Amino acid sequence: MSGPVICVRDLRVSFGRGASLIHAVDGVSFDVAEGEVFGLVGESGCGKSTILRAISGLNTEWTGSATIAGRPVAHRRDPTMARIVQMVFQDPYGSLHPKHTVETALMEPIRIHGLDSGARRIDRVLTEVGLSPAFRYRYPHQLSGGQRQRVAIARALILEPRVLLLDEPTSALDVSVQAEILNLLSDIKRMEKLTYVLVSHDFGVIAHMCDRVAVMNHGMMLEELTVEDLMEGRMRHDYTRDLYEASAGYSRRLQTRADEADAAA
Amino acid sequence: MTAEVRTGAPAHGGLRAWLLAETVTSPAQARAQKLYLGWRRFASNPLALIGLGIVVMLILLAIFAPLVATYDPFAQSLERRLLPPSGAHWLGTDELGRDIWSRIAYGARITLMIVLLVALIAAPLGLLIGTVAGYLGGWVDVALMRLVDVFLSFPGLILALAFVAALGSGLENAIIAIALTAWPPIARLARAETLTVRRADYIAAVRLAGASDLRIIVRHIMPICIPSVIIRITLNMAGIILTAAGLGFLGLGAQPPSPEWGAMLSTGRAYMLGSWWLAAMPGIAILVVSLGFNLLGDALRDVLDPRAS
Repeated sequence: MSGPVICVRDLRVSFGRGASLIHAVDGVSFDVAEGEVFGLVGESGCGKSTILRAISGLNTEWTGSATIAGRPVAHRRDPTMARIVQMVFQDPYGSLHPKHTVETALMEPIRIHGLDSGARRIDRVLTEVGLSPAFRYRYPHQLSGGQRQRVAIARALILEPRVLLLDEPTSALDVSVQAEILNLLSDIKRMEKLTYVLVSHDFGVIAHMCDRVAVMNHGMMLEELTVEDLMEGRMRHDYTRDLYEASAGYSRRLQTRADEADAAA
Repeated sequence: MTAEVRTGAPAHGGLRAWLLAETVTSPAQARAQKLYLGWRRFASNPLALIGLGIVVMLILLAIFAPLVATYDPFAQSLERRLLPPSGAHWLGTDELGRDIWSRIAYGARITLMIVLLVALIAAPLGLLIGTVAGYLGGWVDVALMRLVDVFLSFPGLILALAFVAALGSGLENAIIAIALTAWPPIARLARAETLTVRRADYIAAVRLAGASDLRIIVRHIMPICIPSVIIRITLNMAGIILTAAGLGFLGLGAQPPSPEWGAMLSTGRAYMLGSWWLAAMPGIAILVVSLGFNLLGDALRDVLDPRAS
């Protein structure tokens, strides 16, 4: 199939009303091609997670248009979208039900959609995310952060979606585990021919995973660029360069500018 | 050991190992392990065991009342009226010569029935209303919570009195009346608990999986609220017993000659100066059972409360 899998036009999300009205997402448009990994990067509160919550259907209060796999995203809950788009959340300590075993968590989507051979599907996704069947009857508190995130990925995969929305999938994990999870996501993408939208504030993660990246600030998309352009510093906006360099760690240029700002203050 | 783990069934003598096994092989084992660990925490608290012991004694007393009672609780004998506690009548006799110990034993059935029925009506009702209000929010929440406010604005006993007055006196109506006063605090609690989890990522995940609101409330939100509801209703049991006794005392609950503890206390009041045991014995029974439920509720809070990990 050609053409974009995800097509978002003039997406706007605002919270509050009157004087406290906040435009969390202020007119964002982008396309994501089949099999692509599209990154959304920006500092905290720039609206990148809000975009995911809108196009996944979790938040129905938005304007503009969005289609995924040719189907318009509805402004009300639409259970049939569950088999097309799924999401992996940032905090694996909050994304698994504390009273449900791994099996219960994985069985729930199967039951909701009335699918057959649940046990076989669970075995398959657990193998796919690199967990042995021994984990089936564990509760989340018996798992490490990395194992929890693998379970969360398995849950997202069990309905065999075409698009996976990844909301900072590694930022709550230990550095040593982050690479494992990122490699796992890359492997799964290749095997399942998935399309990813990856939200992150970490350019290391973006550079490792993404084909293209959009830089966001104050609810607006500043620019879209390929990862090659990003790595070689071919960005048009200073903001992107600052963000990139801040993410890369200590930078003399940034330090000088901060000193100047301090001196001016 | 390995063979036993593979089958998932406890081999002979391996129950403890099965309960503590690192590798869990069946959903039943996972649940059993959770229960076992909870029980170990519960059993390490002596007050918890005392509370549990009192409640178990109440249940045994109710079940085996015909066996432990030394007399017919309704048999009157006017020549043996108002006898003090002795070998023949362990707790003495009342103004009609009935054996108080036998009446207390049979009265345990009434007390237990009140407590169980009220819990079975009030806990699910409060849980449902609280979780629905908390999860759906908006005008549903406003309407249900104002209803709760109306119920909560009356003291429990007064409200129960009003219901009994409207429904007519009797044990069944007393149970209904007490249940109607017992659900609002549970609904409040369940709503508060629901508000803390409704925005959790695991609820968002199951919404993304396409679950209906009903399914989310019943299968995902209620399990979170159930421990605190169980704790609350156990702690409320003492109050429920006292309310039932209060209604009996006022003549609006169980009717004579039924050996309800509150009604016994009420009739004993008239003879209090000369024959203290008429009022004291059922009073002590009410005290002990209320204490037992309170201790049990406190202990359950220590075991079940998700915040105290």
